[in-house]
Amino acid sequence: MNNPLYQKHIISIPDLSRQELELIVDTAQSIKQQPRPELLKNKVVASCFFEASTRTRLSFETAVQRLGGSVIGFADGGNTSLGKKGETLVDSVKVISSYSDAFFMRHPQEGAARLASEFSSVPVVNGGDGSNQHPTQTLLDLFTIYETQGSLEGLKVAFVGDLKYGRTVHSLTQALSLFGCEFYFIAPKALAMPDYIIEELNEREITYSLHDSIEEVVNELDILYMTRVQKERFDETEYQHMKSSFILRANMLEQVKDNLKILHPLPRVDEITTDVDTTPYAYYFEQAENGVYARQALLALIMTNEFGAQ
Amino acid sequence: MKKKLQVEAIAHGTVIDHVPAGQGIKILKFFQLSAAQERITVGLNLPSGEQQQKDLIKVENTVFDENQANQLALFAPNATINVIEDFEVVRKFHVSTPEQVKGVFACPNSNCISHNEPIDSNFYVRHQQQDIKLKCHYCEKSFDRSLFSELD
Ligand SMILES: [Zn+2]
Repeated sequence: MNNPLYQKHIISIPDLSRQELELIVDTAQSIKQQPRPELLKNKVVASCFFEASTRTRLSFETAVQRLGGSVIGFADGGNTSLGKKGETLVDSVKVISSYSDAFFMRHPQEGAARLASEFSSVPVVNGGDGSNQHPTQTLLDLFTIYETQGSLEGLKVAFVGDLKYGRTVHSLTQALSLFGCEFYFIAPKALAMPDYIIEELNEREITYSLHDSIEEVVNELDILYMTRVQKERFDETEYQHMKSSFILRANMLEQVKDNLKILHPLPRVDEITTDVDTTPYAYYFEQAENGVYARQALLALIMTNEFGAQ
Repeated sequence: MKKKLQVEAIAHGTVIDHVPAGQGIKILKFFQLSAAQERITVGLNLPSGEQQQKDLIKVENTVFDENQANQLALFAPNATINVIEDFEVVRKFHVSTPEQVKGVFACPNSNCISHNEPIDSNFYVRHQQQDIKLKCHYCEKSFDRSLFSELD
């Protein structure tokens, strides 16, 4: 019997069920404990970056190589003949999918990955489509949360910073709401969580609350998920004011729960001061490393039947 | 007392009734009815019992399938469709909002991939409180009815 993700496209977090998310997390843990350097031997994975994104690309390509597969592709579609000759994405996808056993892609336009999945003969993994989805970031976040807490169930999770434009925050909220987590949204008014996410939470009767500072809730949390606030979105006085409420410093962590872990999708600017790095709560660099395991897990599941099959 | 007909009867075809006043023109445009060869009679701002005023459209020798008819519900949620044969109404039904609308509207998100590719736009219709929202299959964004320029 196939695992439920075998030969499937991974486009958007809301497409995945709780069971599928758990399977990916379990598989990531299994691969982290027991590397599988031969798993994708003789398989070719295309790495198609129609827009540059160095971290995401390196993480994907490392994942393929660690599983023994080989990578073809391009790092900046705007500079390739695909971009220059004005070929449609549909045509590019038909050709690329005929060369490879799976492909992951990053594209500047929303919906590109969904469209690609409809014309590809092999599984497509969305590595970010415009401001829309970036599901593998969410999967590595989930894996990291599971790894640090031993469960995804009923956690108290705070999101801080730019909750309006942060697509990773949106999809992580959607994913964690399948596990009965409770949310704390800490953001300046101008960067509050968008209405559609709030409406979804209301519909599903998920508990959440809005706050003006990290200190109000930090002692109750299991996970504190920080995000970058782009300075450009504020004038100087606003930004200074904001810093005092939305920047995490080590002295704010004196009475937190032992199991608290602080996450951040990186790169950070100054929303976490460096004195936090040496506390036992900082986990953002491990989180970045976990990106490779989460992507390995995903490739292993969609390209082979080794995991989760009965 | 027999009411005087405001719009001439047709022998075969479809009568779209109970269209809110002002929406008749949009419906014509939407279905590009005027591009067809068949004769179309349009009544605008007719008196109506239920509504203050209504629009009414008669299209000769054309029968909408349920799917087409239901797309009307986006403009005229209370419209009734009358199928006419030999001057008689042989079938009458109310429209209901479709679950999906394909190839009709352009996505209001200008950065949506659906604009540049040889594909049909595709929206899922969702009821939210009193309103209808259309969610793009590609960019996954939700839009208010009023954001679709084709409806203006
Ligand atoms: Zn769209």
